[in-house]
This record gives sequence, structure tokens and C-alpha cells, in this order.
Amino acid sequence: MPSPDGTLHAITANRLRDGVVVFLAAGGAWVESFADAALLTKAEAEPALAAAKAQADGDQFGVDVYAFEVERADGTAQPVKMRERIRALGPSVRLDLGKQAAA
Amino acid sequence: MNHIAPGARAGIYHYDAIDRRFVGERVEQFRKQVDRRLAGELTEEEFKPIRLMNGLYLQLHAYMLRIAVPYGVMSAVQLRKLAEIGRTYDKGYGHFTTRQNLQYNWIKLEDTPAILNALADVDMHALQTSGNCVRNVTTDQFVGAAKDEVVDGRVYAEILRQWTTLHPEFTYLPRKFKIAISGAVSDRAAVRVHDVGLLARRNEAGEAGFTFYVGGGLGRSPFIGKLVREWVAEEDFVAYLEAILRVYNQYGRRDNIYKARIKILVHELGLEKFKAEVEEEFARLRGPKYRLDPAIVAEIRTHFAPPPFEELPETSEALARAKAENPAFANWVAVNVAEHKAPGYAIATISLKPPGGIPGDATCDQMDLIADLAERYSFGELRVSHVQNIVLAHVKQDDLFALWQQLDAAGLGTANAGLIGDIIACPGLDYCALANARSIPLAQALSARFADPVRQRTIGELGIKISGCINACGHHHVGAIGILGVDKKGTEFYQITVGGDPTLTTAIGDILGPALTEEETVDAIEAIVEVYLAHRTEGERFLDTLARVGHGPFKERIYAAD
Repeated sequence: MPSPDGTLHAITANRLRDGVVVFLAAGGAWVESFADAALLTKAEAEPALAAAKAQADGDQFGVDVYAFEVERADGTAQPVKMRERIRALGPSVRLDLGKQAAA
Repeated sequence: MNHIAPGARAGIYHYDAIDRRFVGERVEQFRKQVDRRLAGELTEEEFKPIRLMNGLYLQLHAYMLRIAVPYGVMSAVQLRKLAEIGRTYDKGYGHFTTRQNLQYNWIKLEDTPAILNALADVDMHALQTSGNCVRNVTTDQFVGAAKDEVVDGRVYAEILRQWTTLHPEFTYLPRKFKIAISGAVSDRAAVRVHDVGLLARRNEAGEAGFTFYVGGGLGRSPFIGKLVREWVAEEDFVAYLEAILRVYNQYGRRDNIYKARIKILVHELGLEKFKAEVEEEFARLRGPKYRLDPAIVAEIRTHFAPPPFEELPETSEALARAKAENPAFANWVAVNVAEHKAPGYAIATISLKPPGGIPGDATCDQMDLIADLAERYSFGELRVSHVQNIVLAHVKQDDLFALWQQLDAAGLGTANAGLIGDIIACPGLDYCALANARSIPLAQALSARFADPVRQRTIGELGIKISGCINACGHHHVGAIGILGVDKKGTEFYQITVGGDPTLTTAIGDILGPALTEEETVDAIEAIVEVYLAHRTEGERFLDTLARVGHGPFKERIYAAD
């Protein structure tokens, strides 16, 4: 469920061994595609972020774990900030690189 | 290392056994540290400063590895190795930076020890490219070749490399420390916007010495370096610099990262007090222990001995003929080729700024080609400039046409060195974790807008410099036109400054007005150019016209409709 203000959150990290951007999916697994990320209310995001940090640290899986805002437009979820859109897709100046290249 | 035939190469510093052992040991040390991190024996908090000391950052998409190119000079063999690494471990390209280094954007932590090992094979590393240490010393990209050169800065940059590496007092400075050296009449190294800027000179007796500027820098608080000492004799070079660093180490702030650079110390302490502190320390240090032995200087100078130039006439008939027959080539020569100190030779700048391209990016295939061309035409040596281009410093004028044809066929023949299309841009929000806005798309739009080579030459000398955040890696403060990307409630805006100057007449640009959107910015830059062309007098550069007419006409044109 979205927050009263409609804002959703997703949780992200960089994978330790290769730096690849990953997202927390429903059920606690880390996935490479933003489309598979769990979308959380603010209330859900706080405990999920704490658990994700603990898990990423404990397993030496990920670094720089944080939550970011997501909005829905035309039924599709996308990060609110340009920074997170670029992380989710790849460089806007090299469409042949990053996750957008594999899409 | 397997360089080109001995005797036919230009001066490159060759590692001795001590250098090689040290770099090799550091690679092995880092390999074990990476293993320990991956095994969970080191936390990220413990590991982060270690990886940064080895040039490894975490950026938006992956790790970024910054390779040191000492004073921007390398051999064709080294560039070929960089291309090989880019193909094997990255995505087939690299980014040449405003500090004359090279960055890979898609590096895996687990691959990094192997990459550092490959670099060590060609006497390269990623040390001193991050962290609060003395960073890779930069210099004039025409060093050792320029007609206006007085002193060869490579010799002293190499002395500084050896002196600062592993120096225990300089490993944990309050903040990073950047030094630039220029030994020519024209400053092509932007010395007065460095923590220490050095002008290498000769006195009436022909002896080398240095003018010291201290406390320059860009970033959040831009400062122009202040003259601290007009003349420091060669033998006191190391002692005086060490005195500066000791004062910085003692008084530099460590409580606030934004106030930790030496520019803030000089500003807060006051120039006279700072100078007095340095002189006092210098007086203590001066003596046999810190005297730079002329024999050491002479030994290092042998590494940079001039290549075996042929005896040639001052000018080339073949060049004149080719220019007459090919206007595009003639334009490239007029724009990208500079005078060489040796008769019959020239300095060629290879622009990494094609219209619509990404400033500073080169594919691995292009790197291989440049390495081949360096071997064929420039004694196996090349340079990275701080404006993110490549320079072949010792090309026979007779060979320029053949060189240009091969460059042009590979998309490397753009004639815009020093013109409006020769834009400096940081990686910006497309790659950098610190950025607030994208720099590259704006650079692409501007270089495409001003692609016409005739128009570029009509406009003349005009540097645009773009940074994606206030850290100013794109040197926007010293752009004749500077552009700073800012984030306003999630939208990218761009603030325009005018009047910046990185040369010895150093100036920090002034903000012209409120920030604009990307599209508005491109139009605004074109408007600025039009106002300049409408107001300039015969032979007047953009900066001269701006100084004469002031900001008014430019502001009026851009913001009048508001």
C-alpha cells in the first residue's frame, strides 16, 4: 500500500564483489532489475532497510544500502530522482550500457 | 617493458628495481585486502580507505578505477595496455580526466588486483589518485616539446612523484593535495588553481628555480593561488615544498571537510602569516639533508632526454602542399597543431571532443590506434592534457598529413583544440555518485550546436567548462563560459558563469544570472556567443570583449524576457 502521500520506496545497494546496482525484492532477495524491486510504504521501508543493511553487511553481499522514492506514472513505477533513474537504467548518454542495454 | 627500439623513443621515466618492487608489493597487499573484504574479515568502513588509496571508488553503476598517468605522459606500450584492460575488465572504453589520468567506469572489485597487476607490468598503478595525499602531479601537455618552454617540468614532477610516494608525513594530510608545474611562458597547466602551483623559471645565470603559488583551487570555495615566493632555487625545491606541507599538516583543519584544503588555511591564516610560517619551517629544513642534489636531477633528466630528432628545415614543403590541396587538413593544422622547439617538428593535439561526443572518452580501439600512431610518428610517446585530449608531441611536419588522415578515418580528426567545441566536462550524474546534474548531455548538445568548423574558428578562443556539482571537476569556475549543474527539486538546472580564465591571468568566472534548464542553457550559450561577435573589435578574444563591455549586454540578451 502506498503512503498517505502516495510516495513509495524501494531499497537499493551496490553488490560488493562487482559493484552492480541491486534492488531488494519481495521476500528479501536482491535482484538486478528495478522492475523486480519491492515497492514499500514509508512505514514498511524503515524496518526493511534496517534488515537489508544487516543482511548485506552480514553476508558481505552489498554496500551503500539505502532507500529511495518511487512514483507511479501511467501505471508504471519509476524512481522520483534522476540519480536513481540513471542507476536503475544506466548512463543516459550510453544507452548501450547498463541495465537498459540488457532490457 | 618492451618499448620501441632503444634510441628511437622519447623520454619516459623508466622504473628501477625499487619502483617495481614497491608497486608489486602494493598489488599483492591489495590482493590480500580484497580477499579479506570478500571473506568478511574487513568491514566496508575498514576497507573503504584502503580501496581509495588504490584508486578504487564506488560510483553509480559500479566501481570506478582511476589510473595514474604521471604528469600525463605515457608510452604507446602503456596506452596499449590500458586498451587491453578496458576490453578485458571494462566495457571497451576509458575516460581521460582533467587531472591527466584515465578512469574505467565498470570495474569489479574482484577483478581489481588482476588489473593492478596488469598495470604493474607496464610500470603503471592507481596510487595517489585518491585519498588525502599528494595526488598525481600534473604539468603542461606540451612539456619537453613546446617552443616557449624554459624548463622541462617532467624532471621536477618525477622528483615529486618519488619524493611523495610513501612519504609518511603526506599519507594522511587534512585533505587531498594537488600540484601543477609549468615550465613554459604560456601556462597550459592551470597552475594558479592548484593547492601548489609552480612556475619553473631560469635566472640570469641560467639556473633553474621556481615561483610558488599556494592556496589555489576550485570546488565549493574557489581561490586563485597566492604568490608565496618569487624564487626558490632548484636545490631548495624539495625543502620549500616540504615546509609548505608541514605547515598545512600542522594547521590545516581536520574537523570540517569543506574547510580542510590548504586554500582555506591560507585564506584564514592570512597570506603574510602563512608565508612567515613556511619561511620558519623552511629555515629549519634547509640544509644538506633536504638539498636537492644536482646529480639526482641530472640522473632523472637523462630519462627525459630529447628523442633523436632528425635535422630538418624549419618548415616542410610537403606540409605546405598538403594544406593547399586539402582545406579540412589545413584547418586541423591551424587549430590543433602547435609549434615545436625542434625545426621541422610539430605538436599535434588529438581532440577527444567530436561534435556530439562525450568529452574525454576514447574506445579501446581508438587507444590502440593512438598507440600505433604514437609509435609511428612520435617516438612511441603521448600525453593526456588536462582539457581531456591526447597529444603527440614530436611529429615531423612532413608526417602531419598522414597522421591526420588516419586520425580522421577513426573519428579522431576533429579540429577544435582551444575552440568552443573543445569542452571540458566531468562525468556528471551519468556516472558520478557526487553529481547533482548531468554534464555530458549538455556538452554533447553544445558541441553539436557549434559543430561547424568555420563558425568555430570565427568565434575563436573560447573555453566552455562544465561541472555536474560544486566539486568542480569540470573546472567551470575558470571557463570563459562556465556551467554548473544544480538540482532544483529534482530537476536539473544549469548556472552560467562568464569570465573565468585558467592561464596566468587567472580569473574566477562571475555568475551571469539565475540557473536555466538544459535546453535554455544551450540557447543561452549561443546568445552569449552572438553578443560577443556583435560587440568584439578586430582580434579581440571573448574574454577581452567581456572585460571591455561588461556583463550587461550578455545578461540583457539572456534574461531580458524574464
